[in-house]
Amino acid sequence: MSDKIRKVEGITKESTEALIAETLAVYPEKAKKKRAPHLGANDPASGSACVKSNKKTVPGVMSARGCAYAGAKGVVWGPIRDMVHVSHGPVGCGWYSWGTRRNMMSGITGVTSFPMQFTSDFQEKDIVYGGDKKLKTLLEEAHDLFPLAKGISVLSECPVGLIGDDINSVAKQSAKDLDIPIIPCNCEGFRGVSQSLGHHISNDTIRDFIIGTREYPEPESPYDIALIGEYNIGGDAWSTKPLLEECGFNVKAVWTGDGELEKIAATHKVKLNVIHCYRSMNYMCKVMEEKYGIPWVELNFFGPTKIRNSLRQLAALFDDTIKAKVEAVIAKYDPIMQAVIDEYKPRLDGKKVMLLVGGLRPRHTIGAYEDLGMECVGSGYEFAHTDDYDRTAPEMPDATVVYDDPAEYEFEKFAGALKPDLIGSGIKEKYVFQKMGVPFRQMHSWDYSGPYHGYKGFEVFARDVDMAINSPTWQLVKAPF
Amino acid sequence: MSNALGLEVKTIVETPPEEVERVKEWINTEEYKEKNFARQALVINPAHACQPLGAQLAAHGFEGTLPFVHGSQGCASYYRSTLNRHFREPAPAVSDAMTEDGAVFGGQNNLHEGLENANALYKPKMIAVFTSCMPEVIGDDLTAFIKNAKQKGFVPKELPVPYANTPSFSGTHINGYDSMLLSILQNLTEGKQIEGRCTGKLNLIPGCDFNTGDYREYKRILEAFGIPYTVLADISDSFDSPCDGDYHIYAGGTKLEDAADSINCKATIAIGSYSTAKTFGWLKDNFSGKHASLPMPMGIGKTDAFIMKVAELFGKDVPASLKNERGRAVDAITDTHQYIHGKKFAVYGDPDYLLGYVSFLLEVGARPHHILCSRGNKKVEKDLQALLDSSPFGQGGKIYMNKDLWHLRSLLMTDPVDAIIGDSHGKFAARDAKVPLFRFGFPVFDRVNKHRYPLIGYQGAINMMTEICNKFIDIKDDTCEDRQFELMR
Repeated sequence: MSDKIRKVEGITKESTEALIAETLAVYPEKAKKKRAPHLGANDPASGSACVKSNKKTVPGVMSARGCAYAGAKGVVWGPIRDMVHVSHGPVGCGWYSWGTRRNMMSGITGVTSFPMQFTSDFQEKDIVYGGDKKLKTLLEEAHDLFPLAKGISVLSECPVGLIGDDINSVAKQSAKDLDIPIIPCNCEGFRGVSQSLGHHISNDTIRDFIIGTREYPEPESPYDIALIGEYNIGGDAWSTKPLLEECGFNVKAVWTGDGELEKIAATHKVKLNVIHCYRSMNYMCKVMEEKYGIPWVELNFFGPTKIRNSLRQLAALFDDTIKAKVEAVIAKYDPIMQAVIDEYKPRLDGKKVMLLVGGLRPRHTIGAYEDLGMECVGSGYEFAHTDDYDRTAPEMPDATVVYDDPAEYEFEKFAGALKPDLIGSGIKEKYVFQKMGVPFRQMHSWDYSGPYHGYKGFEVFARDVDMAINSPTWQLVKAPF
Repeated sequence: MSNALGLEVKTIVETPPEEVERVKEWINTEEYKEKNFARQALVINPAHACQPLGAQLAAHGFEGTLPFVHGSQGCASYYRSTLNRHFREPAPAVSDAMTEDGAVFGGQNNLHEGLENANALYKPKMIAVFTSCMPEVIGDDLTAFIKNAKQKGFVPKELPVPYANTPSFSGTHINGYDSMLLSILQNLTEGKQIEGRCTGKLNLIPGCDFNTGDYREYKRILEAFGIPYTVLADISDSFDSPCDGDYHIYAGGTKLEDAADSINCKATIAIGSYSTAKTFGWLKDNFSGKHASLPMPMGIGKTDAFIMKVAELFGKDVPASLKNERGRAVDAITDTHQYIHGKKFAVYGDPDYLLGYVSFLLEVGARPHHILCSRGNKKVEKDLQALLDSSPFGQGGKIYMNKDLWHLRSLLMTDPVDAIIGDSHGKFAARDAKVPLFRFGFPVFDRVNKHRYPLIGYQGAINMMTEICNKFIDIKDDTCEDRQFELMR
């Protein structure tokens, strides 16, 4: 919760609503009616969502959304390093999501970690006769070729569900035969309205097949925690996990960045779940709370202000040993962070940023931009739900525009009117805005940089934001003739 | 002990380091290779994508055209981001976002609403519809759907809405390109054939080529000839547009009227007999004038064949500028052949690209040793074999059809080569094998501006030679003993 309501010069509820109305003017009536509730002016005082969300995408509008498969494979399951993740169905989905999310992995490729693309590469005959037999053979082959893989996930693509294959029974039988966990995940892309359902389905499969099946060999301690919803994009987990360890915690498992299946399976033994990406993994935190009584806390590791608050929030749940360590950590990093701010803030103060990301960062990163003196003049998500927008309200300045699953057309209109100095969104938007001469950073993949989480991450983030906004290359865009 | 789910509970056991070491060695062995090649069902690291991606590429090649994915919305995001990453350019496309209810009721409502909205928002001159898995599995009838859309006024009757069935469970992106291109040409040329009319133009179809430099190079060559031409599915400006402060959603593409009039041409050349098979099969029966299907003009010999074909079709002599250009390319090759001679290569990619790589390597005295295509057929194999048989440098070269990049890794570890040609996905195998990867294919995600440098034509031969030879010289400089490190190379 931010302390005070911030305002941005020139932005009022009226101006934002006028902008929304003007943007919607071009839509056919039916689509306009569908889109209108998804665009709104922020009301931080209310602390609640100003838009509707988690609804079907309007056909034909160029949404940035992905699908349930993308959420299951790319986000939740894919980052677990010591498993074979099978994209079950035709060749495309697995190929498009192969190595593009930048969830980094330790280990030896093909031996102890598997950042590869495994697929059943469905052909017509598999559609006609079903792919269950093929799947059975495939699982044997995977186990045979990768004996150190701790498990196999089977992530179904659209056709699998449509032709009535039963991957669940194949997985069950093969898991018995091969004596390794095989997790069927019915995450066909046509299910639900976005990636979000894929996260939920995957969480449910972790619940049903994984959690509680392993135990840590080392004795329990009061400081055992798990880091949930940390995907190690650009090495994020290699910044956050050591930071938590420095504060005196034993991070027993990371879900799922650079994750290990068996450590995830024993998470029911930890004392607290620390969740970063609330949208993709709150389901499991709730499950572990209900089932095992494990409390959970939502933290934010973007930018020194939020990190400081988060660490203190965490310390408050533990004893004096931890409290002292946390204060020592904050005292150690504060001057380092101040030096970063002193270097970049003079060049970034008062600059405006607009965001459109997935389900967390449109609110979570605002503090980091503000640490650099910037203000967020518009934010929105691809696949957030009402509880995400509730959490967004206090983070954003008053009356700024909020957009849920915007069409590229809307996003361009808003940017054209608000004239941000930086846009933080995804690869599909990047080059559109760069053509316009607007500085841009990919906020899904950290634009091939990172980490951005933790203290280490803020240094990189600040450097990248400065690099984007203050690059002399933007001066070249307009020809002198 | 079992948990609440009835699953057995085990204590975590770390894999012993010696076991990790054993497996690490084992995956490089001949024994592992045999096991690997015995795979029947599992595909690992395939070097091909699915049909709709190619369909979208073809759609981007026409003026004012909005690619429209009929199917799940995630597919459209995947195609778009793949093209974004390769070209570092926008790739605007929409989908009609079919969901569960589409599975039950079919996708007609989505398609109709989608067409109406896309037309209102993005004001295209043409909407090119192609399918992802879902409607293909449930059997949506696009012909009827689109007819109904026009009848009900969701889109204007006069708006061209070509459509193609591009099931992901057959063929690869090159087949999707072919089907979409065919549909676009059939749609635009319908009723446009005029008895006795000849535009005097050459139609050039570059095929499923992801290198904008190639398209510009074709045009440059034809301009040197002074021949009027239409490049069909011209993506050069769509995926290589200026950064000048304005974004144009439709940055390039073949003019629709030129495409419509292409049926009255003097001649047509389709490049890449694999990615334009269907299109060429149709147009040779329907387009006026003469027709030729040629392999990608990679390397000197294949470029010669292309140049001679153009000269023959138009009864022209090869212009002096191109003769000089050829001479300069040959000069560049003879000057540098020593750095590539006898080097063994592994190559993989789409059939048309592969034929190009192999023929270039053979003519510069390199050895194409492992030739791998992750989705091809007997005909591709025969064509490649004929190339290998045509040169002493092809002896010992082996073709692996329908094999993937994990098979390739086994080959590299058990039967090493000096270098690899392919796309970015080969970088992992290349790293394990400690050999350079030349990124000449698609996609290239991890190097910059590659798509701007042509691989076809005489200039393309110079580009490939330069990149390869300089890399080999770099390696020599990086790895030689101090006393061998010298100014001259």
